[in-house]
Amino acid sequence: MAEQDLFMVADEEQRMLEKTAAQFFAQHSPVDRVRKLRDSHDELGYSRALWSEMAELGWCGLHIPEEFGGMGMSFYELCLVVAQAGKTLVPEPFLSSILASELLVAGGSDAQKSEWLPKIASAEAVIATAYFEARSRFDVRAIDAVASRTTTGYSLTGTKVHVHDAVGADAFLVTATLDGTPSVFVVPAGTKGLTITRGNRIDGRNAATVKLEGVTVATDSLVPGGLAPLERAIDYATIALSAEMLGGADEAFSTTIEYIKVRKQFGAPLGSFQALQHRAARVYISLELARSAVLAAARAADVVPAELARYASLAKAKMTDAYLHSVNEAVQMHGGVGVTDECVIGFYLKRARAAESTFGNAAFHHARWATVNGY
Amino acid sequence: MADLEAFREEVRSFLDANAPKSLRGTSASGVFDGYWGGAKHPPVDPDVLRWRDVMYERGWTAPQWPKDCGGAGLGKEETKIIWEEVARLGLPRPVVGFGFAMIGPTLLQFGSDEQRRRHLPPICRGDIRWCQGYSEPEAGSDLANVQMKAIVDGDDYILNGQKIWTSHADKSDWIFCLVRTDPDAKKQQGITFLLADMSSPGVTPRKIELISGASPFCEVFFEDVRVPRANVVSHVNQGWTVAKALLGHERSMIGQSIGRQAGSGQEELVGKARKHLHVPEGVIPDPDVRSKIAAVAIEEAAFQLTLARIAQSAAAGKNPGSESSIMKIAGTEIKQARYSLGMEIAGLDGLAWEGSNSEQEFFDDVEFTRSYLRSRANTIEGGSSEIQLNIIAKQVLSLPEGGKGG
Repeated sequence: MAEQDLFMVADEEQRMLEKTAAQFFAQHSPVDRVRKLRDSHDELGYSRALWSEMAELGWCGLHIPEEFGGMGMSFYELCLVVAQAGKTLVPEPFLSSILASELLVAGGSDAQKSEWLPKIASAEAVIATAYFEARSRFDVRAIDAVASRTTTGYSLTGTKVHVHDAVGADAFLVTATLDGTPSVFVVPAGTKGLTITRGNRIDGRNAATVKLEGVTVATDSLVPGGLAPLERAIDYATIALSAEMLGGADEAFSTTIEYIKVRKQFGAPLGSFQALQHRAARVYISLELARSAVLAAARAADVVPAELARYASLAKAKMTDAYLHSVNEAVQMHGGVGVTDECVIGFYLKRARAAESTFGNAAFHHARWATVNGY
Repeated sequence: MADLEAFREEVRSFLDANAPKSLRGTSASGVFDGYWGGAKHPPVDPDVLRWRDVMYERGWTAPQWPKDCGGAGLGKEETKIIWEEVARLGLPRPVVGFGFAMIGPTLLQFGSDEQRRRHLPPICRGDIRWCQGYSEPEAGSDLANVQMKAIVDGDDYILNGQKIWTSHADKSDWIFCLVRTDPDAKKQQGITFLLADMSSPGVTPRKIELISGASPFCEVFFEDVRVPRANVVSHVNQGWTVAKALLGHERSMIGQSIGRQAGSGQEELVGKARKHLHVPEGVIPDPDVRSKIAAVAIEEAAFQLTLARIAQSAAAGKNPGSESSIMKIAGTEIKQARYSLGMEIAGLDGLAWEGSNSEQEFFDDVEFTRSYLRSRANTIEGGSSEIQLNIIAKQVLSLPEGGKGG
């Protein structure tokens, strides 16, 4: 399919969905909430009650097939909602749910799908995907954790790091090597031998080290599809993350433009100085190019799934550069105020850095783009 | 829709029957690929003129223009179909040039009936070639500072002054100019848009050599040149409005032209890496080169998608969004990045210049070097990048005027 045929523009209904999402997040999760969650040392870092409200609006299972309790809508529409969430840095577990649900839809057994997908869609369950290890960097297949067979199933041992939304999760999707083959297992929370240790990250998000010491699971906990569905699920989640980043970058930029229109120095608004005007215009250019990459990738996820990896790398590489460009200029143009904790811009800078390294940074995606394109 | 499909069939059978076979599969079919026409054009293959004639007969060299102006009075959709079918056969457009992209649309918007009927049909037939007399030595980015004097003498103006960066002035028959008719008015308000015959006594074009070794650019000197007052387009001292509208047509033309060029860089750069790094296939082992090629390719893809998104918005009936303001600057900078990286990859082998020994096969094609050098002008001509940034800052971001250097 030619790139020009990917329809990037939202129709009337989709704009309504965007508007509803924007209003909901502005009301229930303004950006100041990120500070409150941090200052109250909230373990979860988000709210299950609010997540349930989003489930009632259909957003937690927007893309999950109807037969499994979802809305069966497009990935493009899901990305529109996630982009709105990105505007106010909404910390609820969209990405973990997308990762787990796409993995299970593509690779799960019928029983696993029936058990978990409806719970993800209804926000009854949050599933954390535990696949990173200390030496993984961005390589999903670098796995030291091992699974061995027992009389009733498997025993898992290993340590997973940077596991998003692990605290409070109802189950984990864990990678481990079984007979030399990278495999994925479903591990319910509370299983003996499982230890969760939360880390404190600059973006305040829920991420933890998950230690497995002889964790025993039943035979039917093995995800039949193996590792390939996880790799595809990461591509879906990468596109959704890029949409979140687009929302954040847009918001940091528009906040900054409003600021430099009113902040005066030398008797004139900062925004009247050409040194700042040109730099602001350059951020605008980055964002417009990135917007096209992200919206096209979101649509490609629906209509050209065979090219998912290429579009995921396109969106993440471009959006990572654009988000960092936007927040770096936002801090600089806010001046001293920009580096104070009181100003919200710092939260965007911190989230941009966390998002940069989630699911592969720009360098990783440049290299993967080259691989996908045959060089 | 059914009507459009029927029209497409009609176009197809017409082209099948009438387009010269020798021209099929020969052209990229862009807005500037084809016969430029004009009285000074060197002799061409008779099939080129035959192709021009069959299309002109139907009004299809400018399908959207009114019939009494040499066009066919067709809509946007029909016009698109004609050019798609022409492109499908790899045919050049029958006649191309600034007449179609710049002065034609401007006369349709601002010209008198008489001006339209006089000037548009010869454009359609490729009889008259036009050039653009805008920039002057003291009016580059600050275009409204044009100084060329136009003083009334009876029914004529007498022109004195100099134009510069006039593409193809030496090959053109007529020139559209911005001239200063009121030296006392505020600078935008004393300008008039005037049409002049290049064969008038006192008009002297002179070529400008560029660093690329090939150049369309000229200076044009005007010494006591007589131009009828009837050649004023719109009104005296209101030429700036006409000039800006024409710049809009020019930007859209540059955008179309860039859209075709930006997007094919990856293949060319990978080819260069394979040649100069001696990697016939597989992964390029130099991670820096590999990553830089990917970065350029990703920019090109994002740019192409942005062009598509703008077109989709327009087709969905939305006003052209502010995103279209980035086309010129983004397109030209991405093109420069591509050529610059090509030079970097080729290394010493990319330094070939004309006259280099043909036995030195390690040298790259001199045309690439030329394209690289030429690309440096892309962010200057047609409104420099700095002017584009000013436009985005003021018109899109609504940043305030009046600060230092603003």
